[in-house]
Amino acid sequence: MRRAVLLLSAAFAGLLLGLGVNSSATAQDAFGVHGTLENQQDEPVAGVSITVTDAAGTEVATVQSAEDGTWAVPLEAGGDYVVVLDESTLPDGLVVRNGKPELEVTISSDRTVLFPLDTQVAGGAEPGGDEPSSGGDATGETPEGDESSTGADEAENGENLAEIEDEGGATRAVSLLFSGLHFGLMIALAAVGLSMVFGTTGLTNFAHGDLVTFGAVMALLFNLTFGVPVWIAAIAAVLLGAAFGWLQDWGLWARLRRRGTGLVSMMIISIGVALLIRNVTLFFVGGERQRYNEFVGQQPWDFGWLVITPKEVVTGSIALVVCIAVGLALVYTRLGKATRAVADNPSLAESTGIDVNQVVRLVWTIGGALAAMSGVFLGISDGVKFDMGQHLLLMVFAAVVLGGLGTAFGAFVGAMLIGVFVQMSTLVVAPELKYVGALAVLIIIMLTRPQGILGRRERIG
Amino acid sequence: MDWHFVFSQALTQAIGPTMLVYALGAIGLNLQFGYTGLLNFGQAAFAAVGAYGLALAVVAFGLPFWWGIIVGLGCAVVLALLMGIPTLRLRADYLAIVTIAAAEIVRRLFRATVWSEHTGGSDGMRGFSDPFFELNPLSEDATWTFAFLSMDSGRLTVDFGLFDLQYSHRDLWVMTIGWALVAFFCIVLALLVHSPWGRVLKGIREDEEAVRSLGKNVFAYKMQALVIGGLIGAVAGFVFALSRANVQPDTFSTDFTFYFYVVLILGGAARIFGPVLGAALFWFLYTIFSQGLSQAITADLISPELINQTQVGPLVFFLLGLGMVLLLIFRPQGILGNKRELMLDVR
Repeated sequence: MRRAVLLLSAAFAGLLLGLGVNSSATAQDAFGVHGTLENQQDEPVAGVSITVTDAAGTEVATVQSAEDGTWAVPLEAGGDYVVVLDESTLPDGLVVRNGKPELEVTISSDRTVLFPLDTQVAGGAEPGGDEPSSGGDATGETPEGDESSTGADEAENGENLAEIEDEGGATRAVSLLFSGLHFGLMIALAAVGLSMVFGTTGLTNFAHGDLVTFGAVMALLFNLTFGVPVWIAAIAAVLLGAAFGWLQDWGLWARLRRRGTGLVSMMIISIGVALLIRNVTLFFVGGERQRYNEFVGQQPWDFGWLVITPKEVVTGSIALVVCIAVGLALVYTRLGKATRAVADNPSLAESTGIDVNQVVRLVWTIGGALAAMSGVFLGISDGVKFDMGQHLLLMVFAAVVLGGLGTAFGAFVGAMLIGVFVQMSTLVVAPELKYVGALAVLIIIMLTRPQGILGRRERIG
Repeated sequence: MDWHFVFSQALTQAIGPTMLVYALGAIGLNLQFGYTGLLNFGQAAFAAVGAYGLALAVVAFGLPFWWGIIVGLGCAVVLALLMGIPTLRLRADYLAIVTIAAAEIVRRLFRATVWSEHTGGSDGMRGFSDPFFELNPLSEDATWTFAFLSMDSGRLTVDFGLFDLQYSHRDLWVMTIGWALVAFFCIVLALLVHSPWGRVLKGIREDEEAVRSLGKNVFAYKMQALVIGGLIGAVAGFVFALSRANVQPDTFSTDFTFYFYVVLILGGAARIFGPVLGAALFWFLYTIFSQGLSQAITADLISPELINQTQVGPLVFFLLGLGMVLLLIFRPQGILGNKRELMLDVR
């Protein structure tokens, strides 16, 4: 009996997967409280009871979230109300993350109330393996077939601090700022490589996002299949990422450059390479989002003004240190200077005795390593999925264009701005549209300052 | 293992409704990429706005079907202007980045839950294709036999012995219109590219500065090519939406654009019939690989432990990606193309 209880509680405590979730604001004309219940995949959670009572304890209304996860309670007068989410009506496995299914709100105008939902997986022995797609079950409308593109948004930040609560806009803004900085650092890791490859060879590499996926998947392989701790798996993945970058340049791009293949052909080839890598990943890993066996559902540190998980602090700090190290290396080492010289003018660099092909090989290697690191870190916070890199790639493009194509420092600045912008924009727009904003910014920059913040005008013509 | 079935499926697909979508999309892309050298990575967005323009106009606004077509075409023009104005003055790769981003914006906007009461969110929309199929002269329950053609309650079977082609009466109607459109656009494109206007486009592809120095307004020509190619892309979107009788945002992903490129380059860019041949071959190969593999797995010729049914899709797309890369490296002109015409460069 005792054993059974133990087992049960172990299973129940299981893995607190940060399958996060959230609820988002939608503008409505009515006066009252409303929100949207969604799981991490942006899939709505339907049929959840939410009760609103006024300050005197009289029940105003009980509503159920609709098929699209929205709920709304119209109110006649302002004042203090209590909004309670009935946890027993949540689909299996979903819980309110901060343990506060009951919120006291003061209503003076129409406002959104957010319940951060979390997934509690029973029997956590095999993380990822039996992860229920809670959103799909809850709504019963997500066909298995389009899973490949529904889940997507790895940047969705499972543990997204953005969606903790909207009590106190300032706290939320600070949390969003930090989560934006973290996301920006992840973009920066990938962007530096992309921008340097572009700078030295002129190639816009559409397969760079899949180097990110490669890193995350390699870490997954070491972590789950070989059973090594995540930090060792991460180091292995970064080394393999470097090797993969080196190999790609050696086996493919250097040869194409020697053949004199046009840059447009190379760009289309890079899309082919992206498709190839993505489908190999899909073949071996499958379409499910998988997670490492450590650091999932970490207890966040709550400073009052900021709620942040330790893993975010650690991965963010490492990313920052690495970015600074790459920057210093570019400025002060001989190889770094050579790289910048090649990026500036390949022919002139070659005539001063720099081995351009060697430099390009180095850039590919370092780019591959940084992309892999970004992939592992994103995997730690949001899980690993075969198309995670593809979605990050568009953010990376936005970052490098904003910073100035071909400049390493511009890529860093652009990445931080895009990361913060993407997260902070959820203060005003629905979270599912946050990337649209970033991509729109990309187009506006093209229109007004195509050379980017740190780029020079001559490059674009 | 049923070879007859595999071959019949492959040949059915090679001239079927889906192939027509890819042929039309690639014809549009051919004008932009093949003749003008514009690297449009957002052709899927043109198809998406076409399809959604039609669907929204008919379902959400209750407009007649023909108005839906006009709305779809109008949306494609607006999208082309939005993408073209910021980027056509810049180097080719900027257009590539902006178009790929715009395609993603369009897809995300259509699948957003914010206005899902109108667009249906990730489920998409249906219920706009009835007026189109009401025009279908083929009867739903026609039954007749003529030589190797036989019609069994609206299902046409063309029996060639070694293989047979089967189409429902709906498919046949889509194919009639689709092939007519393909023929129409091939003729239009042939006339366009052999006109003085088309020669300027090819000049832009070869050397933009030289054309500019002749006093041509390069920006305007590029924009016209982008708009016309986008309109043909929107028509591909109509055929796609009508053949499936629904629109779904996630079908218009970046991969969709990429398959247009595969089709175009396989057949031969800057050739009038390149896209048509490429689309037929692409769908023939795709179907023969995927059907062949799943048949082989069902027949236990390939152990399910090695490859299971869900892995067939990725494997076939992997092979297509690989084929594409090898094709671009070793035969960038495709089947019909002229190699000298396709030494494109952006610097």
